[in-house]
Amino acid sequence: MPRRNTATGLGLAAAALAAIALPRTAGSEGSMTTQDFSLVEQGRYLTTIADCASCHTDPSRPLPFAGGRPIETPFGNVLAPNITPDRETGIGGWTDAAFDAALRRGRDDKGHLLYPAMPFAYYTKMSKQEVLAIRAYLNTLAPVRHKVVANQLPFPFDIRTGMRVWDALYFQEGELRPDPSRPADWNRGAYLVEGPGHCGACHTPKTMLGGDKSDEKLEGYAVQGWFAPDITGNKPHGLGSWSKEDIVAYLKTGHNRFDAATGPMAEEISISSSKMSEADLEAIATYLKDQRDHAEAAQSSAPGKSAMAAGGAIYKDLCSACHKADGTGVPYLMPSLAASPAVASSDPTTILRVLLRGAQSVATASEPTGPTMPAFGWQLSDAQIAAVATYIRNSWGHAAPAVTAGMVRRSRRDLAGRSD
Amino acid sequence: MDAAARLMGTVMARKLPGKDVAIVGLGWTGSILAHELTDAGLEVVAIERGPWRDAATKYSVNYAQDELRYRIRHDLFLRPAQTTFTFRNKMSETALPIRTWGAFMPPNGVGGGGVHWNAETWRFLPSDFVLRSHLIERYGAGFLPQDMTIQDWGVAYDELEPHYDAFEYLCGTSGTAGNLKGQIQEGGNPFEGPRSRPYPNPAQEQPFSHALFAKAARELGYKPFPQPSGNMSRPYTNPLGVRLGPCTYCGFCEWFGCANYSKASPQTTILPVLLRKSSFQARDNCEVTRINMDPSGKRATGVTFVDASGEEWEQPAELVILCAYTIFNVRLMLLSGIGKPYDPVKNEGVIGRNFTHQTISDVVSFFDRSKFIFNPFIASGSIGMCIDEFNGDNFDHGPHGFVGGGYMGQVQTNGRPIETTPVPPGTPSWGAKWKRAVRDNYLSALVPGTGVHGSMYSYRDVYVDLDPTYKDHLGLPLLRITMDFHDNELKQNAFLTDRFAEIFQAMGAQQVVKQSRKAPYDITKYQTTHLCGGAVMGSDPKTSALNRYQQSWDVPNLFVMGASAFPQNAGYNPTGTLAALAFWSAAAIRSSYLKNPGPLVHA
Repeated sequence: MPRRNTATGLGLAAAALAAIALPRTAGSEGSMTTQDFSLVEQGRYLTTIADCASCHTDPSRPLPFAGGRPIETPFGNVLAPNITPDRETGIGGWTDAAFDAALRRGRDDKGHLLYPAMPFAYYTKMSKQEVLAIRAYLNTLAPVRHKVVANQLPFPFDIRTGMRVWDALYFQEGELRPDPSRPADWNRGAYLVEGPGHCGACHTPKTMLGGDKSDEKLEGYAVQGWFAPDITGNKPHGLGSWSKEDIVAYLKTGHNRFDAATGPMAEEISISSSKMSEADLEAIATYLKDQRDHAEAAQSSAPGKSAMAAGGAIYKDLCSACHKADGTGVPYLMPSLAASPAVASSDPTTILRVLLRGAQSVATASEPTGPTMPAFGWQLSDAQIAAVATYIRNSWGHAAPAVTAGMVRRSRRDLAGRSD
Repeated sequence: MDAAARLMGTVMARKLPGKDVAIVGLGWTGSILAHELTDAGLEVVAIERGPWRDAATKYSVNYAQDELRYRIRHDLFLRPAQTTFTFRNKMSETALPIRTWGAFMPPNGVGGGGVHWNAETWRFLPSDFVLRSHLIERYGAGFLPQDMTIQDWGVAYDELEPHYDAFEYLCGTSGTAGNLKGQIQEGGNPFEGPRSRPYPNPAQEQPFSHALFAKAARELGYKPFPQPSGNMSRPYTNPLGVRLGPCTYCGFCEWFGCANYSKASPQTTILPVLLRKSSFQARDNCEVTRINMDPSGKRATGVTFVDASGEEWEQPAELVILCAYTIFNVRLMLLSGIGKPYDPVKNEGVIGRNFTHQTISDVVSFFDRSKFIFNPFIASGSIGMCIDEFNGDNFDHGPHGFVGGGYMGQVQTNGRPIETTPVPPGTPSWGAKWKRAVRDNYLSALVPGTGVHGSMYSYRDVYVDLDPTYKDHLGLPLLRITMDFHDNELKQNAFLTDRFAEIFQAMGAQQVVKQSRKAPYDITKYQTTHLCGGAVMGSDPKTSALNRYQQSWDVPNLFVMGASAFPQNAGYNPTGTLAALAFWSAAAIRSSYLKNPGPLVHA
């Protein structure tokens, strides 16, 4: 990764200049030195696993970790703060203790409670040493002066004390304890998924207050106009039909013989999991394959014959050239609808979005193609989209609730306010 | 103020930071050179006159099959309002501007002709590269017409073989090898030069009419073989890790972009990898207007281009590589004063010399509709069964009094509704009777597209130069084409079209209508987009603009890719050869030029 090394090198140079020019700050006092190469490397890798850049870098600005990206929550948007070492607008003035409290206890440098858009409920599973390694890496970045007012929430959610209730209900502080009855790679996978990887932040269903439903862990949740599918080892909603190798390939390259990553997962792969070690990806796969759905699969009534007939005709006409009549697609190029968790999900958010808007799959170094799905929203009516969605969700072994024209209409309305 | 000042000539082009390499045109050759030279560690910028293009945004699967938009209205092509050419048949005539495309279709935009091509991926014959010496040796110098200016290329088939191979594996070309390391293979083209390994993919399945043509050809003693094709016969991953999907035989290939990732193009083979490289930069909607020279006139210092806002920019570069369409390469050299312009009267100069096109004809045949249903809409761009018995010098020309030839085949690439309306001679050209005839014949008539794909050899009075009258929107002279058919090509075409018609007769056609090529050359009727020559390669600076590595004899840090380097056109589609030459030049730049920048050949 020569490019990243260059960026880090520049960051080091800038940090060195800052150190010469400026008096030492509270944050640097007593903190572990950036000269510790191993610590910085450990921190860089943890920062990658924790996917910090995804929220804290605004994709519209070339300023890594300088914040400003709106993070959507059910209650309004929160802007991700600047986490570069700038003393005034970033976290350069924070003590290590304050940084640790933010990541593992959900409190900012003044003791205010953080919103769970910051996934501290997951990061708390890390050790203090690991959190300070992240700090050591962040200290090597070029300080960027960029003031971000994080709290953009409407009343009453803008009152942070409300978070006390949330913390009491949903936040369990403390490092993850390995399960001695499980092999090491399972425990490593548990740590990555439940800890810094914070998979559940998207994939675990949420309560009304936005807390994880702990008894439905990783069983799928609609977020940012997408449905983050069930990633338990369940069949057919989850990853039951995927082998461990399929999961590793997907996380590493964004593609496997069945599926292609789009939307927020494309970003996650691009910034985070494609840069994780093979061993860690295998550990994640081991852990996910071992997760089981706790809820009974929703029993859906068989869809109407006319919707299936109309949907089948549309599928044959518009979809089958790429995805094939039997829904199997072309490995690594055209996703298999027959083996896609997104298609079989009880929630059709992703399917409707992809049909209406199209999708760009992720391009990675090992899978550079990045094929696209065209948009059909301009071409098909609500009823036609509903029919073809119902058809693919009830063919090739799938049995998912039918999609109605009303759901498509609502999906269009929701998408109108979203960028690609 | 800016615009006024620019018109007054008082605003200098703004200078951009220098690059190692400036590439003009981001089509096949531009993509190949950019990929190879970034791999060699160089900083490369590619400057493209047209827009960005990819399947998702420019020819998506749910509207790509629009014959009116893409074929009739030329959506993917250069707009003549931006720039065009003037044309005349004879030097004694006054050339006039072309205002809508006819005989050829100049590509535009990222991917260039690689977006709209049919993906016929041929190799030229070994004898094609030594054409003049080969023909003189076999038939004597007196056999060639006096004013024919054909010449040898300065590069041999065997030297290009690894580079043909590289392009075919990049593209996932489907086909049946005819000559593996000298061993003739059943089912392939027995006339082709030896290839080092088989095609990366098997040939596509052939539809009914194509298979029937092959059967009839075999019965007549020919050796039919599937046309080599950049349409995928199965999923393919190329050596760069880029994936292509199987062709769906939709029949919207030539003049269309492929929405299914099934046709080899820069977009589906190289660009996804190239765009990931931090050492590569592309500028679209930027038109290069000249190659800048230092005061010695022996060294290019970069290029000047105009962006879509009309702003002029200077892009300095150590190495300039022209990768535009044939005639735009030649025009840029003329506009920049590089090389000596060709003078047909004195027969001196090289820029504009040996300009050629193609000699195409067709045969339309009508079959008994109660017995033959061909479903012509089941097709791909390069689908077809061909014979090569009458190409190049594969047959004895002695008795026939002409040289050259071409492949011929049932290569019907579509049954699209607007243009696929074959009706027997004598049918009214409109009205109820015409409609009935179209309906009656649609499924049972055959229109092979470029059925006879003949060579056009070069002549002293066929050339390009700068037009003395007409200018483009930037005030630069248009290129003037002076071109007509010569007797040699007309004889060649009549002979080939007769042989072609015999095969359709043998297939059982009730009526066979020959559409032989006639003089004068008609700029309004489509033939192919295979313009060739004008800045040709060779061994002698007096008769070639480029040496055998496609390096300018006059300006060693200028290389010129594309069919503009062909000294004459062979009886094949040119893309395989121009791409092989691009890899060949890239290899020479990487292995020799970069170590010791300067002329690679001393004249």
